[in-house]
Amino acid sequence: MAIMTFAGTALKNLFSKPVTTKYPAVPAEYKERTRGHIEISIDDCISCGMCVRSCPCGTLSVDKIKGTWSINRFDCIACGFCVEKCPKKCLSVVAGYQEPGAEKGSVTYTKSPEVLAEEARKREEMAKKAAEAKAAAAAKAAAAAAEKKD
Amino acid sequence: MAKRSVIPYGPQHPVLPEPIHLDLVLEDEKVVEAIPSIGFIHRGLEKLTEKRDFNQMAYVAERICGICSFGHGYGYCETVEHIMGIEVPARANYLRTIWFELSRLHSHLLWAGLMADAFGFENLFYQCWRVREKVLDCIELTTGGRVIFSVNKVGGVIKDITPEMQKAILDTMDYVEKETKILKKTFMNDYSVQSRMKGVGVLTKEQAHALGCAGPFARASGIATDMRMRGYAAYGELDMEPIISNDGDCYGRCEVRIGEIFQSIDLIRQAIGKIPEGEIAAVVKGNPDGEYFMRIEQPRGEADYYVRGNGTPNLDRMRVRTPTFANLAGLCETLKGADYADIGILVVTIDPCISCTER
Repeated sequence: MAIMTFAGTALKNLFSKPVTTKYPAVPAEYKERTRGHIEISIDDCISCGMCVRSCPCGTLSVDKIKGTWSINRFDCIACGFCVEKCPKKCLSVVAGYQEPGAEKGSVTYTKSPEVLAEEARKREEMAKKAAEAKAAAAAKAAAAAAEKKD
Repeated sequence: MAKRSVIPYGPQHPVLPEPIHLDLVLEDEKVVEAIPSIGFIHRGLEKLTEKRDFNQMAYVAERICGICSFGHGYGYCETVEHIMGIEVPARANYLRTIWFELSRLHSHLLWAGLMADAFGFENLFYQCWRVREKVLDCIELTTGGRVIFSVNKVGGVIKDITPEMQKAILDTMDYVEKETKILKKTFMNDYSVQSRMKGVGVLTKEQAHALGCAGPFARASGIATDMRMRGYAAYGELDMEPIISNDGDCYGRCEVRIGEIFQSIDLIRQAIGKIPEGEIAAVVKGNPDGEYFMRIEQPRGEADYYVRGNGTPNLDRMRVRTPTFANLAGLCETLKGADYADIGILVVTIDPCISCTER
């Protein structure tokens, strides 16, 4: 049994530099993999909704027509499951934590007008093609019916 | 006969890291009986299986507790993998073992700090947590989170540990080993520390066995029980022996946990030395259909996982039995006859994790 076994360490600590940093005056150093918050490269997003379906806390929402992607950062647990599921890899987990706030609101990201216009044009084109195909099929059916009648 | 009085202890008390309430029946300064009550932080995570699919549940299971987080995620994933018949790649098993031992290291160092705080040695408390911080840095470097790892998924792991990271872990292990040797001297040899721990809260081997104690609490009473000896993950390929003590008092429990810090360091070194190359996750198809029961060794003792699937993405049932729940009966036994001033030490000595217990 001994006494004062910790005195050496305590004295050493007393005369050495502090191991802590003066955060937030000195910014924190994050590691490369630090899961701080989710970021999106919105123009690469195809609004497939995989992230919405995978999120364990239901914090995400996607609107395909408006081209928006919303996240309630106060609900997000930064697990990274949406990032893993994203087929276009436009989501990423980056360092830096959510700052405190008075309201638990959502943040909405909207696609740029060019991308939205391009998507709208593609949608119209597809709708037109579908309508044409439908009309062709109807005409074919009518012709077949007329032939049968004869 | 002295007058009996009932003192409420907790749920808010400076020595308690988490809320537990004890009704202490005192006779003068001696405890005659302790009646525990829990239920202050129940969150209903098991019920969430009805709303979340089995992949999402891996992230929910991990958040059962902040300190044994990796173990819960691992236990859940391994149980579902057994139901679905998934063969986890060898590298994933080794990675899981390394992370599991890192989590045990930080949990035991946290406990050592809390114990020092409980017997009023603030300087030692901060020194323990200073060493723990390096382990947390290692965890953040490899997984991205400090206490919530989020690297487990059904079928394997999400992230790999690169050779540079392995070197960083080994360097940290050297530092932790060196510092823990200094801490061990104080915990094991110091007169003032021993005067608070020796002979306090003795639980005999028979009592520990009869009350179903688990983990370091049981090992300190001389029961050589360690679920890692079952050889799940990569433990079967690593050399290890359960660390036991025959004292059965607070000093014995401290001895076991400090011994386990060195054991974890050794296991991490072995695992990094033997880690094979290859895939880190297997392909998962379909939904779990069937049931499985799994026992693993958490930092606080044996934890049991039960999962029943019905062929749909949502599980029928997920059940966790945690080590603290098993140890509460032992705690109440050790409290009988203890001095009122020793209650704080005795509660901390089982390393209570109430978040796990209530889920």
